[in-house]
Amino acid sequence: MITADSGRRKSKLGWNVIGLLVFLVAGFPVYWMVNTAFKPAKDAIDPDPSLFPTGFTLDNFKRALDIADFWGPVGRSLIVSLVVVVIGIIVGMLAALAISRFAFRGRKIVIVGILAVQMVPLVAMIIPVFLLLNDLDQYDKLSGLIITYLTFILPFTVWTLRGFIVNIPKELEEAAQVDGCTRTGAFVRVVFPLLAPGMVATSVYAFIQAWNEYLYALMLMSQKHMTATVWLGNFTTKHGTEYAPMMAGSTMMAVPIVVLFLFVQRKMAAGLTAGAVKG
Amino acid sequence: MSAADTTTAKMPPPRQSPPPGGGSGSPQGPRRKRTGGAATPWALLAPCLLILVLVLGYPMIRLVTLSFQKFGQAQLWGFQDPESVGFDNFSAILGDSQFWQVVVRTIIFAAGSVIFTMVVGMLIALLQQRVSGWVKTLINIALVASWGMPIIVATTVFKWLFDSDYGIFNALLSKLPGVDMVGHNWFASGPQGLAVIMLLVVWGAVPFVVITLSAGLTQVPKEMEEAARLDGAGAWGVFRFVTLPILKPIIVMLTTLSVIWDMGVFPQVFVMRNGHPEDEFQLLTTYSYDRAFQVNDYAQGSAIALITVILLLGVVAVYMRQMLKIGEVE
Repeated sequence: MITADSGRRKSKLGWNVIGLLVFLVAGFPVYWMVNTAFKPAKDAIDPDPSLFPTGFTLDNFKRALDIADFWGPVGRSLIVSLVVVVIGIIVGMLAALAISRFAFRGRKIVIVGILAVQMVPLVAMIIPVFLLLNDLDQYDKLSGLIITYLTFILPFTVWTLRGFIVNIPKELEEAAQVDGCTRTGAFVRVVFPLLAPGMVATSVYAFIQAWNEYLYALMLMSQKHMTATVWLGNFTTKHGTEYAPMMAGSTMMAVPIVVLFLFVQRKMAAGLTAGAVKG
Repeated sequence: MSAADTTTAKMPPPRQSPPPGGGSGSPQGPRRKRTGGAATPWALLAPCLLILVLVLGYPMIRLVTLSFQKFGQAQLWGFQDPESVGFDNFSAILGDSQFWQVVVRTIIFAAGSVIFTMVVGMLIALLQQRVSGWVKTLINIALVASWGMPIIVATTVFKWLFDSDYGIFNALLSKLPGVDMVGHNWFASGPQGLAVIMLLVVWGAVPFVVITLSAGLTQVPKEMEEAARLDGAGAWGVFRFVTLPILKPIIVMLTTLSVIWDMGVFPQVFVMRNGHPEDEFQLLTTYSYDRAFQVNDYAQGSAIALITVILLLGVVAVYMRQMLKIGEVE
């Protein structure tokens, strides 16, 4: 018994060592970004860089904020993402309800349609979307960017919310109806509270997707109206790249998103795969 | 038709025919759901479908029509009306040897990325089951951090890691005995540069795969593994004959999603090459973009995009079947 136990412990030690290696490799790019961001700029461009922090400075952040207007792009990204999330969640939830709680003719076609939309690569659509916004006089406008973002946010919210709704037993709703609730009443009093955490997770995730979008932001907005992701490109000029401030800028872009992400990631994995395992 | 049938059939039988005179409003609710409620779901769907048709349906049709037209700068500014040119754009593209190089490169790149992502993801997911709790937490932190990292940020960071003069990667490699990589430019050659970009793509994609597979692994009944082991199966045997079949639906889903995403890789290449990928770096996405916005031939760019979408359709068909199956289990 004792030997078996120590053997198991020894094998666990081996796995742990491999696990730590995975942690180091997977986490290294993040570490290196933060490390460079806080390094004195001189140490950042050392041909033989030190693996460990060499002093601490906030100069890179100051420089990053100086290079180009930072708060303008961030503000625009914030507006676009928030509006997209609000529309996406409301419209998406109605649609998710329809496909998960109603049996109706054409349901299958709708599901296929919404799924198919998710499959179209954004890059394939950029040319006609560009021409469309050009025609509608929505090029270089936040409203134009918002409508285009809905093309990928909506299918996502519909499908994910569907996953969350499906996990709420129909019987609960039906019990409420037996007790005298209307269909709507049963939804508002029973399903909605249970759905709330899933909705929060979906909103946050959708927000992150909208915030991170690059291609449409680059193509549909002029330099004057750029959003946060495009702002990062300012560090590369004809004269080269300023890496230390660029890493400071990257850190500013990444940290809030990663933190938000941390809160919902567990919930999201559950929602995204709801049904996949059972299927 | 069949969707309605299956869903109705799956409803718990007692609910379908509630005893008459049960609760005051009860018979109405379920019955409405089953038969008369056709208007309600469509009303719920209307806003969603309206938006999608407007902002996606129209551009999609435009994408197709564009690729059969002559559409350049003159047409964009309205100096000239676009004229139909039949299959000219397609024959020009298909007759271009560079296009075929791009197709082959894209397929190799996507296939490599998908295979690496799935294999590494599976290995890490299995490893997660064997390590101590605190190691698991550490790995999860690293994974979530890399998953949540915006693609643009990740690309910028990798550009920095692989910088020829000051990149840490060259410096670390050079520390190995007999290796001198100081000043090595990873982007001087297409294959090497794309390998770096593939690494970036895999690094960003693995966390989702690991977390999804881990969720799936918790569903594998311990008794089944135990039973297989008692029957004399080794670790590989248990994995091959117990774990893998149970995870199959997830694996199919993840693989198809990865194919779709990796065929659509754009910002990684675009940003890594400062907005002007060299010929050796062109993938279908950047090539289409290049044709449209650098050469100002929007029609050819659209035709290339359309070909990309058609290439994806085969993969999508598999994914759709899987998702529909999921949709029906409800």
